[in-house]
Amino acid sequence: MATTMTQTETFVGKRVRRREDPRLITGTATYVEDIQMPGMHYAVIVRSPHAAARIRSIKTKQAEAAPGVVAVYTGKDTERVGPVPCGASLPGLRVPHHHVLATDRVYFVGHPVAVVVATDRYLARDAADLVEVDYDVLPAVADPEKALAKGAPAVHPEWPDNTAFTFHQEGGDVDKAFAEADLVVKQRMTSQRLIPMALETRGVVAEWRGADRQLNLYTSTQIPHLVRTLVAQMLSLEENRMRVVTPEVGGGFGSKLNVYAEEALMGFVAMKINKPVKWIESRRENFLCTIHGRGHVDYYEVAAKRDGTILGIKLKIIQDLGAYHQLLTPAIPTLSVLMMPGLYKTKNVRADIVGVFTNCMPTDAYRGAGRPEATHGIERMVDLLADELKMDPAEIRLKNFVGKDEFPYATATGLMYDSGDYAAPLKKALEIVGYQKLRQEQIEARKQGKWMGIGISTYGEICAIGPSPATPAGGWESATVKIEPSGKVTVMTGACPHGQGEETTFAQITADELGVGLDDVLVIRGDTAIVQYGIGTFGSRATAIGGTALYFALQDLKAKIKKFGAMLLESEDVTFSAGQVTCNRTGKSKSLQEIAGASYRALKLPPETEPGLLATRFWEPPNFTFPFGAHIVVSDIDGETGQIKIRRYVAVDDCGNMINPLLVDGQVHGGVAQGLGQALWEQVVYDDNGQLVTGELMDYAVPRAHMMPWIENDHTTTPSPVNPLGVKGVGEAGTIGCSPAVVNSVVDALSPLGVRHIDMPLTPEKIWKLIAGGN
Amino acid sequence: MIPQKFEYTAPKTLDEALLLLAAGAKPLAGGMSLIPMMKLRLAAPEHLVDLGKLKDLNYIRETDGTLHIGATTTHAEIESSPILRKKCPLLAETAAAIGDVQVRNMGTIGGSVAHADPAADYPAALQALEAKLALKGAKSDRIVAAADFFVDAFTTALQPNEIIREVIVPVEAAGTGTSYQKMFHPASGFAIVGIAARVRKKAGNIALVRIGVTGLSNRPYRAATAEKALEGKLGSATEIQNAAALVAKGVDANSDLHASAEYRRHLAVVHAARALMTALARTA
Repeated sequence: MATTMTQTETFVGKRVRRREDPRLITGTATYVEDIQMPGMHYAVIVRSPHAAARIRSIKTKQAEAAPGVVAVYTGKDTERVGPVPCGASLPGLRVPHHHVLATDRVYFVGHPVAVVVATDRYLARDAADLVEVDYDVLPAVADPEKALAKGAPAVHPEWPDNTAFTFHQEGGDVDKAFAEADLVVKQRMTSQRLIPMALETRGVVAEWRGADRQLNLYTSTQIPHLVRTLVAQMLSLEENRMRVVTPEVGGGFGSKLNVYAEEALMGFVAMKINKPVKWIESRRENFLCTIHGRGHVDYYEVAAKRDGTILGIKLKIIQDLGAYHQLLTPAIPTLSVLMMPGLYKTKNVRADIVGVFTNCMPTDAYRGAGRPEATHGIERMVDLLADELKMDPAEIRLKNFVGKDEFPYATATGLMYDSGDYAAPLKKALEIVGYQKLRQEQIEARKQGKWMGIGISTYGEICAIGPSPATPAGGWESATVKIEPSGKVTVMTGACPHGQGEETTFAQITADELGVGLDDVLVIRGDTAIVQYGIGTFGSRATAIGGTALYFALQDLKAKIKKFGAMLLESEDVTFSAGQVTCNRTGKSKSLQEIAGASYRALKLPPETEPGLLATRFWEPPNFTFPFGAHIVVSDIDGETGQIKIRRYVAVDDCGNMINPLLVDGQVHGGVAQGLGQALWEQVVYDDNGQLVTGELMDYAVPRAHMMPWIENDHTTTPSPVNPLGVKGVGEAGTIGCSPAVVNSVVDALSPLGVRHIDMPLTPEKIWKLIAGGN
Repeated sequence: MIPQKFEYTAPKTLDEALLLLAAGAKPLAGGMSLIPMMKLRLAAPEHLVDLGKLKDLNYIRETDGTLHIGATTTHAEIESSPILRKKCPLLAETAAAIGDVQVRNMGTIGGSVAHADPAADYPAALQALEAKLALKGAKSDRIVAAADFFVDAFTTALQPNEIIREVIVPVEAAGTGTSYQKMFHPASGFAIVGIAARVRKKAGNIALVRIGVTGLSNRPYRAATAEKALEGKLGSATEIQNAAALVAKGVDANSDLHASAEYRRHLAVVHAARALMTALARTA
């Protein structure tokens, strides 16, 4: 008997509220810290207070004798644990051996030296103070340019030049372009070190079930499967004897796209004490010992013709790597090189990177990872060029954009831009903000001695990272869809989304493809014992690649559903839509529920068809995707104090088709917040001795809600041809588009003073000094 | 971020609390400064006496033309107090400029004042208001003027085992306008510089000016020279500018990552002018 219930409502493209939010808002989500186990022990890590020192001796007796302490381990105990892995490979890359605990030397403040394990976290913390480490303090270097100078202290004694690698890439004929140029603009600029600052710090619970040779590792990560593969290697444990569970993740932003010493160390401890052990990173440790972002000094040269045509770009990047390579550390600046032409047509580019060791925490992927730096660079340079030529910054951009009929477009850096209409979001943003009127207003404001600026940034970015040859560990993604006997649908995604909203968007895709309701679909992620191997969520890839794997798995299932439906309806001429298979001749239909039941009951099977409804797909993308957009910032500056007030923030983003525009806007908002953080407030400051000066939230200024401007979101839609969903990705767009728009706006405001460039963050004091000096 | 072991007592009466303090315990009020210091192990008191729960220190009262604010009154309570908003709006305005909502809900006036952070907001207002502080120990009960209370950064006239019992401020006389102007520290929300101004007009002339300065140096102070420069004047923009220019004269200004000494001095002048201008406008 056919049911009459049909599901005709569709969800893709609608502003569906996030299904993950109720548990987050009501405080009932489970984070690593919430995991309780009988016999839980607690670990506290003793860390170096020095940026560079030899370890003469470590005395642990007193700590071992302290109440509640069951063990203290030092670098001697963990020597056989494999090194913290670097997944990036570059020709000639120098890779220091990165022990999980320091052996004879420490290289940065916060370097782990010993681990104290006790029955209670307070006792463990007290005992940590009793570990006596005798250091022979050495000179340190914390600034990458100083580290390159002759006579600088060597971070790693075996490499006195502090150079981990150099990298060169060139396209076209740069020398010719510069020879033919009417003018060349040059600028040194920095993209300062930043703290990713997830609300939830890192944390690990490790449980060793000795009798089963089974290690369960609960960790706050973006990449559970990769953590399993790599930590199992570090511990010399068979990969299938290890389970990694990623419960709720309270923010990653790239900082949890990594494998950290503490993950292997807790596995080591659990296997030693045969009891579960928990380590929760303190906020202070998060500042010191979770990767930092950015850390660029860039030297730009742009050659152009008098009419504004950009002929070529030269870029030298000095990348502050820190003391070690974390998972992707040396690869991050190479993403900047790929992105260096931005949205512009020039075919002549030359880039050189010097990767520099410093006595600091390693840098690695932070929201945008290399792309905000590149966009900041080119978008500042285009403004400098416009200023030099007395051209309007919008006009010079429109003049140099890759044309909308030129896609797919091969860039000078070897990328193939998939699709685009770069003028569209810029024109839309100009219209929304009322550009011509604002320019008129600015003329009047200047007459009255007011400082008002309008800043434009038109960004492109590399999303859906990425095809496997372009990544160290595989760039595909996986999905499994199971339709249960009752007709309910379970999706297992290898992408491990952790707050981005795919529990909602993947349910939307699934509901539409199968013609079921949103509540019929459950999305599961983050447990290697349940979910098939996957890569993870980073590089704005989860929907574009993971969503596509899901889409193809759904197509497989739809074909199978049709076969069962045809069998049950005894007709070959059937259609599957709105959750039922219908015979086109008789109009009779079978619901998904009936078909699912029949497929598992298996009294009868269609020819060459197995029982059950389950499909798994691993989808390898043929290319990256390339979203783009235009952000415009209108700022007013208090000339007396240098305070910047953002009056308008217009963001027009094109991320291809949108599964859920509400979530797209949310991603842009979050991205812009972090972009504003870099542009206006945030900076990691190490002093000359390698001490972290901005090591607390009292000193390091992350934007709070009340510091945010109103963001006017809009979109253009240029579908990607790379995947059947036509989606591109939007996780990092806000951050990438933001900082140059802000800085361009403030430089524009101060341009009557002859100001051409200001390095971030744009602190009020910097601005005041420019105004006071100029007056 | 785990403190060292400590004893914790939440006494029911002030006398009980004072006895514990006399025995060497450390007072805890809202915990907005002490608890973070303990978590960073920069402070390690062996015994905390929680004054925050003492009902007899939480009040805002008017007696004989003065306002009495119990030490454990929170910033939020001060900010939203109808009596204070009407009769001592400077204190309410200053409380509203402290940190963020969470801090204002937990932090107390007594705790903040006793901690004497050189970037705290209240000291500016207390200087401008010529406030008095009632201090209490197990065997002592005394009144100290705000001008004498703040000695240096994190150093006050409080004797060991003494606590602030209440803060005493005047009921603002008719014809008085007040304003608190600050530059927010982008990370901490503290004042990079904060200026509290009181201006009283009589028969068209400025009869009284009080200017309290915080954040500029290790000690909050009254900018007496600037006050004098404006008293007896009409309050023109130039007169205000000239007076404001004197607020940082001869002061040893602090310097840190967020603001150099030079910038702080400049901010003090700018905010003094703004505070005086606003206060003057509010005299009407």
